[in-house]
Amino acid sequence: MSKIMPLISANFDKISPTSVKDYVNAGGYSGLRKALKMTAPEIIEEVKKAKLRGRGGAGYPVGSKWQHLLEIKNFPKYIVCNADEGEPGTFKDKLLLGKDPLRVIEGMTIAGYVFNARHGYIYIRGEYAALLKVFQAAVDNAVKAGYLGENILGSDFSYQIHVMTGAGAYVCGENSTLLNSLEGKAGRPRVKPPHLAEVGLFGQPTLVNNVESFANIPTIVQIGGEKFLSYGTAESGGTKLVCLSGNVANPGTYEVPFGLTLRDLIFDEELGGGPSGEKKLKFFHLGGQSGACGFLPQLDTTYCYQALREKGLSVGSGAIVVMDESVCLIDYLKIVMEFFIHESCGKCTPCREGTKQIYALLDKFSQGTATEDDVLMLQRLSNLTAKASFCGLGQAAATALSSSLQNMRSEFEAHLKGQCPAGVCFTKRESGEK
Amino acid sequence: MSGELKKEQILKIIQEKGQAPENLLAILLTIQEASGRNYINKDWAKIVALELELPLTKVYDILTFHAMFSIEPRGKYVLEICHSAPCRVSKSEQVVQMFTEELGIKMGETTKDNLFTLQYTSCVGACDLGPVVKIGEKVYGHLNRAKVAEIIKTYREGAPCLK
Repeated sequence: MSKIMPLISANFDKISPTSVKDYVNAGGYSGLRKALKMTAPEIIEEVKKAKLRGRGGAGYPVGSKWQHLLEIKNFPKYIVCNADEGEPGTFKDKLLLGKDPLRVIEGMTIAGYVFNARHGYIYIRGEYAALLKVFQAAVDNAVKAGYLGENILGSDFSYQIHVMTGAGAYVCGENSTLLNSLEGKAGRPRVKPPHLAEVGLFGQPTLVNNVESFANIPTIVQIGGEKFLSYGTAESGGTKLVCLSGNVANPGTYEVPFGLTLRDLIFDEELGGGPSGEKKLKFFHLGGQSGACGFLPQLDTTYCYQALREKGLSVGSGAIVVMDESVCLIDYLKIVMEFFIHESCGKCTPCREGTKQIYALLDKFSQGTATEDDVLMLQRLSNLTAKASFCGLGQAAATALSSSLQNMRSEFEAHLKGQCPAGVCFTKRESGEK
Repeated sequence: MSGELKKEQILKIIQEKGQAPENLLAILLTIQEASGRNYINKDWAKIVALELELPLTKVYDILTFHAMFSIEPRGKYVLEICHSAPCRVSKSEQVVQMFTEELGIKMGETTKDNLFTLQYTSCVGACDLGPVVKIGEKVYGHLNRAKVAEIIKTYREGAPCLK
């Protein structure tokens, strides 16, 4: 039996992405039609039963988020779709936006109906400029066909979707930062509380969900929460778009039900197909740069929110970056830290300086000048950066490092002895001495 | 009015995108593209600030915060080599070397004919094709020496439409 289960990717490459007719012929908009005959609490009940968790990275239960916003009696409310997909190793929202934008639009429209919102916004990262045009064309076509605009499908529900651009800033993927950027401000995070459900876009109650989360909504409404849940595990409903990259034979995006193992995802012929070269698997990085690194003893962990968390791992964005034995763990962590140094917005000291200090310490390991005290210092700094940073970016910047210190300490110790198992470090120094 | 863009062109862009602060990023990106040199100078920023009723410092806050903007002129084509972990694992450093050798410039520099600028970018969401380079809206993956040479040749000849 195939391990791939196309629920939300079913239309990829089968329909013309911006054609409402194609989308409807493929079963599209039956979710919205059904939703318009339901009440808001009924729809939220289905989302809760589905046990849909936010697909952007944090994994917060979507039903709870919706319930919270429903209970707030302040209008207008806004719907925002976070399409600032910037987590390295993640390229799944790109496919939804480019290959089936109407599914995302339908999900955002159902959300608009639930919260009686008149305006939805989608913030698409600037690097996806070509997709922004595709998405805008899909919105325009939906308006023409009566699925957006005034009195949608003859109901008294009127709703517009505004397509907005980012301009290159990873931190704008953080929800409060994204709202600031949408308002035309620089991308720096907000103080929370107040929660975005209370004080969000333009100071009004706001729902922010990821592209993939919205894409699941039409299916949940259409088939019901229980059926949706049954595709996954008892606590992780439905499917996930996972993105395989790095030293893996079959890089790409695959829609799989929750419940496979990491070994299935990386090694199955239909999925990752194992390492791409001659070398063996060494480690993998789950959920993006802000996620934890996983190692060989964790390979048989079930891919779902609960089982991964028990092993200190997370689903995150769905990214799985595979590294073989040619990659030095220290060198890899330096690349991760370089990323966070570059993307830190500079607002708070623990993130701005902590990432730099961690990099400097890691560099001592690859230069061969680190001591045992530096291992302890790395541990302290990663704790500090995680606990004292202002927003999710800094709080997660050292996750890869702390998981590595915990599970592959041997690599750090080898470097203390002047040995790099992958043969990557120390070479520059030697050639410099010649 | 200095530089390549006239005031009327900037006003037209602002009109098209909508004269409101929430359209600031879209306005600035469009101006940058229209500049031909992938940048935004102070005169243009001033017009935007005036029209959107924003302080100039705020427009500069945005311009210097986001990675996609430049306040210095760049080449007609900005070659952005992905520098994030998945591409690095796929040996993007070798691609950096190929581009610098082909163009005879270092990362961050612009060729003398003002045609190409080489720079790094964070992940562009094409990790399955790594290592990749992004040029405008196009992303080219699975790079090797032959492809790098082909890309540069095609853009130099002014027909940027590689498949």
